[in-house]
Amino acid sequence: MATTPASPKTNRLGLAVLDYRGGKTTLCAGCGHNAISERIIDALYEMGVQPERVAKLSGIGCSSKSPAYFLSRAHSFNSVHGRMPSVATGAVLANRSLMALGVSGDGDTASIGIGQFVHLMRRNLPIIYIIEDNGVYGLTKGQFSATADLGSKLKTGVVNELPPIDTCELAISLGATFVGRSFSGDKRQLHAMLKAAIAHNGTVLLDVVSPCVTFNDHEGSTKSYKYMIDHEEPLQEISFIPVFEDIAVDYDPGTTLEVEMHDGSKLRLRKLEEDYDPTNKIRAISRLNEAKEKGEMLTGVLYVNTKAPTFLDMLNITEQPLATIPASATRPGPEVLEQVMEELR
Amino acid sequence: MATTDVGLHDAAGQAARTPVVNDMSIQVATANGSGSQSSNTVLLRSIFQMGIPVSGKNLFPSNIAGLPTWYTIRANKDGYVARKKKIDLRVSMNQETGRDDVMALESGAAVLYDEPLKLSSLRSDLIFYAVPFDKLVAPVCPEAKLRKLVKNMIYVGVVAKLLDIDLGEVEKALRKQFAKKVKAANLNFAAAQAGYDYAAASLTKADPFKLERMNKTQGKIIIDGNAASALGCVFAGCTVLSWYPITPSSSLAENMIEYLKRFRIGQDGKATFAVVQAEDELAAIGMVIGASWAGARAMTTTSGPGISLMSEFAGLSYYAEIPAVVWDIQRVGPSTGLPTRTSQGDILSTAFLSHGDTKHVMLFPSSPHECFEMAMDAFNLAEQLQTIVFVMSDLDLGMNNWMSDPFPYPDTPIERGKVLTKEDLSRLGGFSRYKDVDGDGVGYRTLPGTQHPAAAYFTRGSGHNAQANYSERPEDYESNMERLSRKFDQARTLVPAPVIETMPKAEIGIIAFGSSHWALTESRDQLRDEHKLATDYLRIRGFPFAHEIADFVRAHKRVYVVEQNRDAQMLSLLKLDLDSELVPKLRSVARLDGLPMDARSVTDEIAAMEGK
Repeated sequence: MATTPASPKTNRLGLAVLDYRGGKTTLCAGCGHNAISERIIDALYEMGVQPERVAKLSGIGCSSKSPAYFLSRAHSFNSVHGRMPSVATGAVLANRSLMALGVSGDGDTASIGIGQFVHLMRRNLPIIYIIEDNGVYGLTKGQFSATADLGSKLKTGVVNELPPIDTCELAISLGATFVGRSFSGDKRQLHAMLKAAIAHNGTVLLDVVSPCVTFNDHEGSTKSYKYMIDHEEPLQEISFIPVFEDIAVDYDPGTTLEVEMHDGSKLRLRKLEEDYDPTNKIRAISRLNEAKEKGEMLTGVLYVNTKAPTFLDMLNITEQPLATIPASATRPGPEVLEQVMEELR
Repeated sequence: MATTDVGLHDAAGQAARTPVVNDMSIQVATANGSGSQSSNTVLLRSIFQMGIPVSGKNLFPSNIAGLPTWYTIRANKDGYVARKKKIDLRVSMNQETGRDDVMALESGAAVLYDEPLKLSSLRSDLIFYAVPFDKLVAPVCPEAKLRKLVKNMIYVGVVAKLLDIDLGEVEKALRKQFAKKVKAANLNFAAAQAGYDYAAASLTKADPFKLERMNKTQGKIIIDGNAASALGCVFAGCTVLSWYPITPSSSLAENMIEYLKRFRIGQDGKATFAVVQAEDELAAIGMVIGASWAGARAMTTTSGPGISLMSEFAGLSYYAEIPAVVWDIQRVGPSTGLPTRTSQGDILSTAFLSHGDTKHVMLFPSSPHECFEMAMDAFNLAEQLQTIVFVMSDLDLGMNNWMSDPFPYPDTPIERGKVLTKEDLSRLGGFSRYKDVDGDGVGYRTLPGTQHPAAAYFTRGSGHNAQANYSERPEDYESNMERLSRKFDQARTLVPAPVIETMPKAEIGIIAFGSSHWALTESRDQLRDEHKLATDYLRIRGFPFAHEIADFVRAHKRVYVVEQNRDAQMLSLLKLDLDSELVPKLRSVARLDGLPMDARSVTDEIAAMEGK
């Protein structure tokens, strides 16, 4: 009996997962970054994001190579070391209808790129900024970066004696409006967090611990798979209900916080810590510091604010992308020039 | 008693008898932050309104208030507007520099000074006018704390009387200067009037300098180069400006913000532009690159230290082929250098900015009008060639006041270069980002957000092939770099062509560029009139060099390359470009002390090298 081949599963745009894939990875087998790429593909697919609407931006490093490994149908810009924030800012200003997806590493962000990183966080530019955080430089063979924890040990035996820069703490205090920390091995959490990030309007900073299997996955490392599995302390169980999936699921407001996102989607956070409120900036920062004292790897949605104006609001930019605005709107008429000339006579 | 001391020196006495009309320079010495800028602008405008060609140059310190500052106004019937080396009338308001200012003058010059400075005893060969500013200011300005500012308007009145400037012109200029601030205008005019009256009653004219009405400024405007550049960028359709404050370029961005706010708000009340004051120059150029990549007309403005910081991104723009417009308002380097002094010292480093084999398009405006025009050229070239374009202005051009014909409305269309749309892609089926389809070295690009499955490509500063895929293959690298070189060579015919001015029977050539032009115009007349030396003159307006430049060198016995730096940077660039047999013809007149170039120094140097 003849059977019709099963049509591939598609999303709300009629696109298959394949439409969200990228080139074959050249990163090491088992690299956390590859798992993150997979989560990005799933989240974009499930959210039904038009691939051509995305601009992928990165700096330099292993993490910054990863945009080549997902979403080939989107433009991508592998820029210079530590400068992705400025390039992404320019791209969003030029075309506000783009969904900017920045992928960076811990060296690219917290060492060479810390200047641009902190200023990006201040502006609340609409962007999803993912740090694939493994605490070391992979491409140059395993030197510490600025997110390496105190006391963490390299394979060579070198011990990190400098305190780490907490990118999430910085992001929260400076003005990012969706800040989370996750782990490349925590598939469920990262997946839900990425979907919420796509629904957010403003700066999203996700610091995703992503172990380097080649240079930082050994005993004594605080960014190894084993260390993360032993020490991860999730703040919430996260679920995300996109606006286009009209599912009514009851939840207990006593134990679950529901955050309505910019597009009407719902982010549900079932509290694992009763008194944690991710809309309270001061509490978020102090909880991060407590975690540091206790040696916990706190993960989850650390901070969310869906009401703050974005950089585009502040600049009062017209709705039409500046990139394609016609010359008739950008070159004032002869009477304007004549008026200026008259003032200068 | 009247305090006019006439020098006894013969030259001064002689000069006093022969009036010098509409040919003089006035230098006002004050302290930075004392409000003298308004007074000097009023003086400049008053002379301009009388129809006399005029220029104003501010020599100021890198300081907010207190350090000495000088403002030089030159009025010249023949239209020479470069800095004049010789000062004819010094207005000395600054105790700190009073003595040095007087000692530096040439015999026969006049000095108008604040009486308590007691300068008249210093020299016997100068003409001194003492003015008791504090005594004059008190009755016109009852509010003591304003007196320091208003005091400076008194010298405007005194100078007006001494030089025969109609007080009506002073009032007109003053009311324009203070615009809607009527009270301030009234107060200041009272001060000018007090100065005028004092001079009429108590000073006896003893210098020969005099201003008379002419008709050489009819219809003209006064503008500084940075404002003209800003205006040009607005009319060039710039949509993204990111910048980091640095002297002497900040006023370009600030003027542009004002113009954008006035003229580029759409009917929906929304801006058709985005301006970001970035955290540093790295971010400023990064935003330009990102915005241009995504299709905006984006620019930044900076000076030498910023150019140094932008080096890495300049290489990215060159290699990944992303348009960008960068204004370099050059100041004196190296390092922090003299932040408030002018130079042409970034030529060589900018030409090859960044590591690896890179070369960049540069434009050299020499007037506010060209600043305006070259803004259009810069954006069009950047998008046509898909590369970074530097506009090499300088502090003298950018921050000083220049007379100009009004700018005609641009007839250059806005050229967006080779950009494929969704429809193009449907027709073509696909594209290769770095393939030389047209044989001009320039590939086709698509903009992020183009709704077509074949639109995307991967932009990278790492090695890539024609399809924009990562590649380390030797043949891919080499063919890509050769194409970039061909593309750059194309620019020779696309940058603004050099301007050539000739004299009959000239065997000697002069090459200059940028703000040096004004000294050169005057210097060539001096060489002709004083030394019987006819010269032809070529003014470079773009790099890579147009073919006319080699032809010009070939056609002359010797060619002097005049520039405002120590190391003959433009001459060095020419040496790299010209056929080797032409190189020995080049002679260097390269000098830099931080002051705008003056004709006399150039004339004397060329005359000496010519054995005159």
